[in-house]
Amino acid sequence: MAATVALYRTSIGKKTVMAVTGIILYLFMILHIYGNLKVFEGREKFNAYSDYLRTVGNPIFFRTELLWTIRVVLLVSVILHIVAAVQLTQRSVASRPVRYVNKKETDATFASRTMRWGGLVIFFFIIYHILDLTLGTAHSGTYQQGDVYGNVVSGFSHWYVTAFYLLAMLALGFHLYHGVWSMFQTLGINRRKYNRFFRGLALVSAVLIGGGGCVVPLAILTGIVS
Amino acid sequence: MATTIAPPTVDVSRRALGGRDIVLDAKIPSGPIEQKWEKHQFEMKLVNPANKRKFTILIVGSGLAGASAAATLAELGYHVTCFCYQDSPRRAHSIAAQGGINAAKNYRNDGDSVYRLFYDTVKGGDFRSREANVYRLAQISVNIIDQCVAQGVPFAREYGGLLDNRSFGGAQVSRTFYARGQTGQQLLLGAYSALSRQIGLGNVDMYPRHEMLDLVVVDGAARGLIARDLVTGEITPYVADAVVLASGGYGNVYYLSTNAKGCNVTADWRAYKRGALFANPCYTQIHPTCIPVTGDHQSKLTLMSESLRNDGRVWVPAKAGDTRAPHQIPERERDYFLERKYPSFGNLVPRDVASRNAKEVCDEGRGVGPGGRGVYLDFADAIKRLGKRVIEERYGNLFDMYHKITGENSYESPMRIYPAIHYTMGGLWVDYNLMSTIPGLFVAGEANFSDHGANRLGASALMQGLADGYFILPYTIGDYLANAKLPKAETTHPAFAESEAEVHARVKRLLGIKGERTVDSFHRELGHIMWDYCGMARTDAGLRHALAQIPQLREEFWQNVNVMGENTELNQSLEKAGRVADFLELGELICTDALNRTESCGGHFREESQTADGEALRDDEHFSHVSAWEYTGVANTPALHKEPLEFEYVHPSQRSYV
Amino acid sequence: MATLASRGATASHDGDAGRTLNLTLQVWRQKNATSAGKMVTYEAKGISVDMSFLEMLDVVNERLIARGEEPIAFDHDCREGICGMCGMMINGIAHGPERATTACELYMRHFRDGETITIEPWRAKAFPVIKDLVVDRGAFDRIIQAGGYITAPTGGARDANAILVPKADADAAFDYAACISCGACVAMCPNASAMLFTAAKVAHLGHLPQGQPERDDRVLRMVEQMDVEGFGACTNIGECAAVCPKEIPMDVISYMNRDLLRATRRKDREAKTSNE
Repeated sequence: MAATVALYRTSIGKKTVMAVTGIILYLFMILHIYGNLKVFEGREKFNAYSDYLRTVGNPIFFRTELLWTIRVVLLVSVILHIVAAVQLTQRSVASRPVRYVNKKETDATFASRTMRWGGLVIFFFIIYHILDLTLGTAHSGTYQQGDVYGNVVSGFSHWYVTAFYLLAMLALGFHLYHGVWSMFQTLGINRRKYNRFFRGLALVSAVLIGGGGCVVPLAILTGIVS
Repeated sequence: MATTIAPPTVDVSRRALGGRDIVLDAKIPSGPIEQKWEKHQFEMKLVNPANKRKFTILIVGSGLAGASAAATLAELGYHVTCFCYQDSPRRAHSIAAQGGINAAKNYRNDGDSVYRLFYDTVKGGDFRSREANVYRLAQISVNIIDQCVAQGVPFAREYGGLLDNRSFGGAQVSRTFYARGQTGQQLLLGAYSALSRQIGLGNVDMYPRHEMLDLVVVDGAARGLIARDLVTGEITPYVADAVVLASGGYGNVYYLSTNAKGCNVTADWRAYKRGALFANPCYTQIHPTCIPVTGDHQSKLTLMSESLRNDGRVWVPAKAGDTRAPHQIPERERDYFLERKYPSFGNLVPRDVASRNAKEVCDEGRGVGPGGRGVYLDFADAIKRLGKRVIEERYGNLFDMYHKITGENSYESPMRIYPAIHYTMGGLWVDYNLMSTIPGLFVAGEANFSDHGANRLGASALMQGLADGYFILPYTIGDYLANAKLPKAETTHPAFAESEAEVHARVKRLLGIKGERTVDSFHRELGHIMWDYCGMARTDAGLRHALAQIPQLREEFWQNVNVMGENTELNQSLEKAGRVADFLELGELICTDALNRTESCGGHFREESQTADGEALRDDEHFSHVSAWEYTGVANTPALHKEPLEFEYVHPSQRSYV
Repeated sequence: MATLASRGATASHDGDAGRTLNLTLQVWRQKNATSAGKMVTYEAKGISVDMSFLEMLDVVNERLIARGEEPIAFDHDCREGICGMCGMMINGIAHGPERATTACELYMRHFRDGETITIEPWRAKAFPVIKDLVVDRGAFDRIIQAGGYITAPTGGARDANAILVPKADADAAFDYAACISCGACVAMCPNASAMLFTAAKVAHLGHLPQGQPERDDRVLRMVEQMDVEGFGACTNIGECAAVCPKEIPMDVISYMNRDLLRATRRKDREAKTSNE
């Protein structure tokens, strides 16, 4: 245990925390996006699905118990991910007190250079997303507790809501494109021979999750779902 | 034209010049050559382990010899302080050695042995080295490889996991161990890692960006040095029980050489001026496969591994003044001069022969490239025979390097090469224990006059540096310290104050001249004199001319050099100025030695002494000795002392490569 | 390994020997570690395309001295790309526009006539500026001192062929051992991280059987020292590998992370068993 605690004190240890929490959030996103697509099944099935999320695990877990467990895990992951990111960013900023007058980039991808900005966009998005559709306090339109389908449709009928969601999904796509590969690198799983595979996996993840997140708002915007 | 040998042309008898009465005792142990070192190891006194910590050893330089000595002495328990002028001990110029390191392992079962390595090295040195030293070197070569592998040096391996070997520099056995084209780098990093470990443990105080500017001699023994912190300009005395100079060679006296820009003779020179003898300064090695000079801006020359001559063919146009592009010159109008003159060895003749012949054809006006100082090294036939892929595998990194520097693609057009100063066999005189004529002053690696005689074989420099540092000095310094019964020395001793004051005065003087010319311009001019008159071929008249010019240049330097800046901070002009000032004195000594040695041998070719075929002609009757020079004042001719060389095992023969 | 490729700034020209360039240099001048620095503009006229970048600076310095100005201080030594002493940001890229090339191996034929070239020192908290373009890279030495070695005192070595090393491992170890410690990786990294440097040594020794006994301690100590020196944290951007003159690949970083995590697990396991 002592060694593990010591590990967290190192920059690589903090990166490890980011990678592990990143995996949790990444797996969650896969399920979340997959679930979202059920909106195409219609109001009834979609609302039933969202209600099922509250009863899943029954009878071992009582209503919303498992949901809350997952929520706590996710919340802790997000917090750890952000705390580690902030600490590492502070460290990196401090490590170059005098900046270059002229600095170019060579191989850095757009995604890798914008991890922190993208992360910030995603952070604000998560807050808004919860206020919008989970709590309903920041919902544009009328929020109906229990009618998830209706809330989604009414929310995305506003162009600016859709626009913000699309922007956030774009940021998420880029974040994942670098983050998923970086995760394997940080955890020491990447090797020269697997590198192409992990790069490919990151690209697929970015397109499917980022793109998948755009499908519902776009479907509502274009009237496919109403 | 076989010429008769003129007697020594400089009057250098020590009586005439008031040199000291020095007997050069090499202290070679008695007994058969195979047993000398072992016997000596046993006979040397040991220092009580508990007392080792009380002895301080200063080491100047952190190349193969310095770093390995520092690490090993610290492991033994001595208190070691190490200095280097670079920002890290890992940057010493040993790092640039490409080819490999010899060891008599006989892993190939091809007839190698300690005796054969010894024999080849004595012969390669043109019978101007000490047999006992060379034999010990060959014995120790075996341990060096073991040591380096244990440190994690990634030598090339075969598929079975065993170490790979290659034949190098014309050797008839495969005894060269290598790490791609970066053997020196990997060996140095091995020594550096051992040194780093000792620094981390607190056993070595490492002073990077420090330069030794004087040796302190107390009651006849080396007891410390004065070093300048190159960052702050602070000049500090350091006290010790023994001092090791492992500060490399002096090739930069020629301005253009394959040495690093910072390589200098200052440490050696200060010791020389404090009484150490300088041996065989005229033995300088010229490497045939360097990239030619492109203009006055040239700051250094880049060597490409000699292995290129295994597949490349050397040629020039048959007619002088032929400026056609190489591919426009038909085969019959080309002169493959090495193959023509040396049918059995061809392009693989030794370094000095290849170099001299390149100079000759360029002197005839047949040189190629800018300024006409270059010859072609052509791979067209090899590519045709073996395919581009094979050539790429063998020499890809060298072709890349050549492309980087010249912008030319050697797969399509031939390389241009020209000889350059590469290594200096001369250096401070040391006995079998690597101790100079100043007790307590040890000299290792290229800085000493070494085991290479008049010519060093390929892949032998790395071997010697590491032998000195890992396996010889740790014994011989211990013996010295156990016997010396040194009184305690303090920096308050007048000798320290005197040295320190001299260093201060010199720095002040350099900064105060504020003349018209830059340090580099003096250095370049000195280099031209040295290269023109004391380069690949030397003549009596040329050397006398140089000996007239150098003192004038030196005088002008001290009147007219412009050293900018201050002493109290990083001042690269000041560093250079101090080094060039010493080169301006060394140049004269080299020419004096070259003039005195009227024979040709190894890297020293006197045009007056050649065979009917134009080969170097030794004069064993008059010159089978080490010429060790004693400082008698800047304006005075140094005093010559001779250490006769005796050959009991390898009998001198004339080299022939025809 | 090295290729004949250019990063695309300008193609190399064959047969343009003798051509000269007129350039404008913007160079960071800083008197010493404590004073503030600034960019100063110099004209560099008549620069031969056959000069190396450092030879161009030599020429500029000679002219500065002739004018009674202090020359630009820059570190350099071997001038053949192996000692690692030289290094500067040239037009915003560590060691300049050519791949797998140190500043000393960069030739002026890769620049255009009339071009403005910015020259800055490596910038990192762990590499404080000493003067002009000269920085203190002692942090790298201290990382090695912390564990970048195999404990093998002189004299105790077994025969060199006693332990077999598979060729693939020896070759890989060499690839990672090729690091010249120039600091370009740190200089170019947006985070001023020293991961590539540290990892190269961990990977070099980790690939050899001789390096195994100290493997865990080595990585733990080196990483700790790397952090103590104040280098930034790696975000796997890859600028380090892109400018590495010896083309040390990014996967060494993954290798070091793996070693560190394994060493941590083993240490905890050891602690547990010794408690039982």
